[in-house]
Amino acid sequence: MVPLSWYIGLSAIVFVIGMIGFIVRRNIIIMLMSIELMLNSVNISLVAFSHYLQDFRGQVFVIFIITVAAAEAAIGLAILVALFKNKSAVHTDEIMEMKG
Amino acid sequence: MLPILFFLYHAVVIIALSVVIITRRNPVHSVLWMLVLFFHIASLYLFLNAEFLAAVQIILYAGAILVLFLFVIMMLNIKHELNADICIGEWPIGVAIGLSVMTLVILGIGKFSHGPMGQASIEAVKAETHTKALGRVLYMDYLFPFEIASIILLIAIVGAIVLAKKEKASGG
Repeated sequence: MVPLSWYIGLSAIVFVIGMIGFIVRRNIIIMLMSIELMLNSVNISLVAFSHYLQDFRGQVFVIFIITVAAAEAAIGLAILVALFKNKSAVHTDEIMEMKG
Repeated sequence: MLPILFFLYHAVVIIALSVVIITRRNPVHSVLWMLVLFFHIASLYLFLNAEFLAAVQIILYAGAILVLFLFVIMMLNIKHELNADICIGEWPIGVAIGLSVMTLVILGIGKFSHGPMGQASIEAVKAETHTKALGRVLYMDYLFPFEIASIILLIAIVGAIVLAKKEKASGG
């Protein structure tokens, strides 16, 4: 039997990799993919909790997270398309209209 | 012994693929590696007796969301991307923030103690089948959040269309 803490550790490591990707990459597409990575790592830990605590609530949460991830990807990519049409830039450090 | 080997294989592959995804220069390569990652996560769900979620993971993430990413990448200029810097100049700060968060979480894992067990034991789920048991919880106890999720999807559809629509010429 694999201990529950291994799953939480795996989830934490993947979450942190996604977080680093979100912070350091310049390309907005890769940043959106890093968000998907973070959501997936949380899903892993929720399914593991659901299995080890013998409760379905974790898996119901995973379904909601997948819903929100799909909505977030659609909106994010639509924003990216609008941004590319207006400025033809996909790099975050080239977009600085709102700098005070 | 075999379950531990199974888990370790998936853990190593998932972590390695995550690192590969965030370090690729070409976004198309990242998306294709992410496809492999999602299949490994789905197989981890199967290992955790969540077969419905494994199917949803493959159909929704690998089938829908990644195709959406590929469509958008096709509209952008990849040639320019291949010659640009992939990281912001301050990347060591980002890595340091990430590693400190990871240290905090890993230190906290040992302090975890779980609450009371639920009713969905493996035998009970096996008698009812997983999809039926999950649907019962989703539609009985979580009906209201489920409706809110459908509204979120509706808003996302409308928002995506409004954002990506071509601007009408004024007066036309």
